[in-house]
Amino acid sequence: MELQSVWFFLWGLLWAVFFMTDGFDFGVGILYPFFGKTEQDRRVMINALGPLWDGNEVWLITAGGVTFAAFPAVYAMMFSSLYTPLMLILFALIFRGVSFEFRGKVDHPAWRRVWDICIFAGSLVPALLFGVAFANIFAGLPFDAAGYHGNLFSLLTPYGLLGGALFVLLFIVHGALWLCIKTEGPLQERAAGTAAVAWIVLLCVAALFLIASAFATPLYGNYLSAPALFLIPAAAVAALVGVRIFIARRNWFAAWAGSAATIVMCTFFGIAGLYPALFPSKLDPAASLTAFNASSSPLTLKIMLGVVLAVIPVVIAYQAWAYMLFKGKVIIEEMEY
Amino acid sequence: MDPLMLSRLQFAAATLFHFIFVPLTLGLAVLIAFMETRYAWTGDKTYLKMVKFWGRLFLINFALGVVTGITLEFQFGTNWARYSAYVGDVFGSLLAIEASVAFFLESVLLGVWIFGWKKLSAKAHAVVMWLVALAGTFSAVWILIANAWMQHPVGYVIRNGRAELENFFAVVTQPFAVLMILHTLSAAYIVAAFFVMGISAYHLLKKQHVEVFTRSFKIALVFGLVFSFFEVAEGHLHGADLAHSQPAKLAALDAHWETSERAPLYFFAIPDEKNERNVLEIGKVPGGLSLMAFHDFNAEVKGLKDFPKDERPPVLITTVSFKIMVGLGSLFCLLTAVGFFLRNRLVETPWYLKIMVAAIPLPYIASELGWVVAEVGRQPWIVYGVMKTANAVSSNISAGQVAVSLAGFVLVYGLLGAVGIYLMVTAAIKGPVELEQGER
Repeated sequence: MELQSVWFFLWGLLWAVFFMTDGFDFGVGILYPFFGKTEQDRRVMINALGPLWDGNEVWLITAGGVTFAAFPAVYAMMFSSLYTPLMLILFALIFRGVSFEFRGKVDHPAWRRVWDICIFAGSLVPALLFGVAFANIFAGLPFDAAGYHGNLFSLLTPYGLLGGALFVLLFIVHGALWLCIKTEGPLQERAAGTAAVAWIVLLCVAALFLIASAFATPLYGNYLSAPALFLIPAAAVAALVGVRIFIARRNWFAAWAGSAATIVMCTFFGIAGLYPALFPSKLDPAASLTAFNASSSPLTLKIMLGVVLAVIPVVIAYQAWAYMLFKGKVIIEEMEY
Repeated sequence: MDPLMLSRLQFAAATLFHFIFVPLTLGLAVLIAFMETRYAWTGDKTYLKMVKFWGRLFLINFALGVVTGITLEFQFGTNWARYSAYVGDVFGSLLAIEASVAFFLESVLLGVWIFGWKKLSAKAHAVVMWLVALAGTFSAVWILIANAWMQHPVGYVIRNGRAELENFFAVVTQPFAVLMILHTLSAAYIVAAFFVMGISAYHLLKKQHVEVFTRSFKIALVFGLVFSFFEVAEGHLHGADLAHSQPAKLAALDAHWETSERAPLYFFAIPDEKNERNVLEIGKVPGGLSLMAFHDFNAEVKGLKDFPKDERPPVLITTVSFKIMVGLGSLFCLLTAVGFFLRNRLVETPWYLKIMVAAIPLPYIASELGWVVAEVGRQPWIVYGVMKTANAVSSNISAGQVAVSLAGFVLVYGLLGAVGIYLMVTAAIKGPVELEQGER
């Protein structure tokens, strides 16, 4: 396989891992104002993410950095074209990040209220906008050799919004299942109930998204020329069904692993359909940025491949160690935030 | 204003704000790791109290540093798309390495450190803090290698209409990068040392928690003393290197207009850029600039007039920032040297403690000015001699978009800065919390 193709799939993989890991943080953040009936509940929810969210967010930094390193032309075009939505995502992430640290520092209800709102908005906005942005990338964006001709509102097409809804629902289920793992008692029951209800909505939206993709995007072109690729959406559906089965059995960890697999497979459903385009134009196919016309030099791709293959397994190892270290229910005495 | 000017202002604001928090993160991590090591190996609870107290301040500061750093990585793409496309082959890989090698380690292990008090042994917990400090240092190293490449590009070739990597080893080992890394890390250690000394001095003046803050002060004092003196020597080498690597910046640092042998050095000068001369020159040292740049009183130093007007940096900002930075750097040597003689009677020397409280902001000012010197002094180039900043801005963003995001940055960062400073000051004044029974 060409180096560019290897990088294309690594690029997709990094985004998938980011959605898989930080996705449950977003989901918990979105559910936070609805589940956090008491101060104790809220603190339990924050501490369910406490040791892990920051490391999860670094997958975004790495996905961005790798886009820059391997496909600089894509990095330049994608982020300058999607200027306003990306700025909104970044500001939202800023507020989410400081909220976890600041919230517990002053003992006053109004103070906590402010940061509670920030945790919610700082989780919902990125979840929604990443979905909208990726759906638009799947569909192709309005740019040609003269530049980009869209704006924030031109992204909010029905298909774009459907993508946003899909991401939000994926993360809600993922986050609710994380809470089932990390909490007990009434909070866990609320999370379990929500996971089951949200699952039905997610199933409908996901099915709609798969169908709409046939009309709104050229994604299925690759699938028709290589039918084996249909295993990817099939795996996504299978994982999603598995989630429901494990919810029924109250096997929370397996259900959560299933939602993680669903997120990864959903991302790869799009990535496999996009190939070799990373940032396709819907106005002028010749302007589309692909793994082949937008990549770095072979030397840079080789060096970076060496770095990534050497470093990422180590990262995964110590991140897994951190997850193991903090497994089990959140214990009140150990809460730090 | 056009997208270019607005993007410059936005990047300057975002960078300078980010860099308020970075030096303290880098330096305080090392000091806390040292304190925690003492605790883990001696079992002395005073050290544990110190770790918890400084750790609290560290975490507030760290949160602000992290969230403001993320926006910087993406701003290269949003606002400087033509730069990113042109040099991404070299520059992008350095940022990607920073994220995957350093930032992951720092973020994951800091989570472990915050929540892992009861999950790890005291020694393992101390090791985690050392790793956090090490990861922060790695982070700085890779970012500075990337910045050094913008200052002094090496190891690349212009091919396919862009700068492509030719020699990775040359990029990561070039002397300019080494000088910059040593300079910036030392500055960070000085910031942290004065931060710890200043807050300790505040409590020592009130004669409260004397044991905790005497020890803290002394540890920070040694740290600050070593790095203040190291910084002056290293800064001299860094400056002298500019004579070869960035002669226009060197000329701007000292507002040196005419190419001359036996070039003079001024204690302070105010340039008049329009008329290409200085309106004010104080404290002339004949041959001083030649000596500093080439270690020879009679060496020729190229003046600003011998650079085309459109290849000169803004002289006023560069020289004033530089002179104040150097002045402050010298002051840090003086203050830490005095402290060294007073180290065993700190509580009985209130005048010195008062000075040290007042001195907390000074290393911050010096390190911010250091970035102004490095970045403004490189103008009009974004990559020295290769690409001008004016050609680097994204072509598909509008002035309106950038104006709105810039207003957002000013508002959000202003707000967070105010909240962060409020929380840090409150926590600093409150002092260490008594340990609970059996706490470790």
